[in-house]
Amino acid sequence: MKYLLRSLMISLLMSFSLSAIAVQIEFHTFENEQREKLYLDLIAELRCVKCQNQNLAESNAELATDMREKTYEMVVEGKSREDVVNYMTARYGDFVLYKPPFKSKTILLWVGPPLLLFLSLFMILRIVRKQSKQAPKQLSDDERDSVRSMLKSNSSSEK
Amino acid sequence: MNKKYFIPLIAFMALVGLMLFGLKNDPKVIPSPFIGQPAPNFSLPKLYKPEEMVTAKEMKGEVWVLNLWASWCVSCRAEHKVLSRLIEKMKVPTIGLNYKDYGTEDYGDEALAWLARYGNPYQSVAVDTEGTAGLDWGVVGVPETFVVDKKGIVRYKFTGPVYDEAMDQILVPLITELRKEKR
Repeated sequence: MKYLLRSLMISLLMSFSLSAIAVQIEFHTFENEQREKLYLDLIAELRCVKCQNQNLAESNAELATDMREKTYEMVVEGKSREDVVNYMTARYGDFVLYKPPFKSKTILLWVGPPLLLFLSLFMILRIVRKQSKQAPKQLSDDERDSVRSMLKSNSSSEK
Repeated sequence: MNKKYFIPLIAFMALVGLMLFGLKNDPKVIPSPFIGQPAPNFSLPKLYKPEEMVTAKEMKGEVWVLNLWASWCVSCRAEHKVLSRLIEKMKVPTIGLNYKDYGTEDYGDEALAWLARYGNPYQSVAVDTEGTAGLDWGVVGVPETFVVDKKGIVRYKFTGPVYDEAMDQILVPLITELRKEKR
């Protein structure tokens, strides 16, 4: 039996005035769960090129709606994840991917953060080791006396 | 003085440098993957003769410009004067791709009224009601302007409204240069 799964997507657009609340609902039907999951995964992973810090699923931009629609069409047609990603990158470049491919242009993006992490760990380790090697400095008798007299004069002035 | 004390200053200067670099980079301008690639074809009805189609293929053999616009796009209005001047000066055939505008539920025939009011510099106007051709050309937001060479290769993309300096310093020299190339 073919069953229909309904994917409901609600995006709320709220402006400051209460009267201007627009609700946008998209209904999609899929042949099976895998297709639905593929669609949901893709719109979560593809980036809206208009409003750049949102993925397609979150964005309310008209372009994002079009791109979601195209993604849906391709998924329903039975296209694979790779097909959709290739289609989008052919038009918008790697920019459209939240997970860019590993290549010379993106090497800093992929290698940078772990490199920084290891570098800072190494630095912290070095500083800690250096500090533990040094014995805490002992005060000389003169210094001790001066500190005592300071404390004394301080406590007497408070009275 | 201990050299150590300069480290924060150097780090700060490096950060300032990075930020200055960031200021010069417009994140809205996405490098187009079409540069150096064959222009995507489209076949769309003409605005004035809906029974006839306009295609990207038929433009092959000459340097041409594709301009994406819409009557609802405010910056297109600002661009229109500059673009008209460019088309007149360079006599460059230009297709106006009317993006999600004419014949749509929201905009009806506003594209015709818009051109009647501001003038029509285009060789032909292609109507892209659904925005499919726009998507094929990787539209992010209208207006966008592409320059295609004689071989049908996309050579340049201008994102946003073309302004006078961009026209004189980028588009005019580019079109002149591309015209010298062989077919």
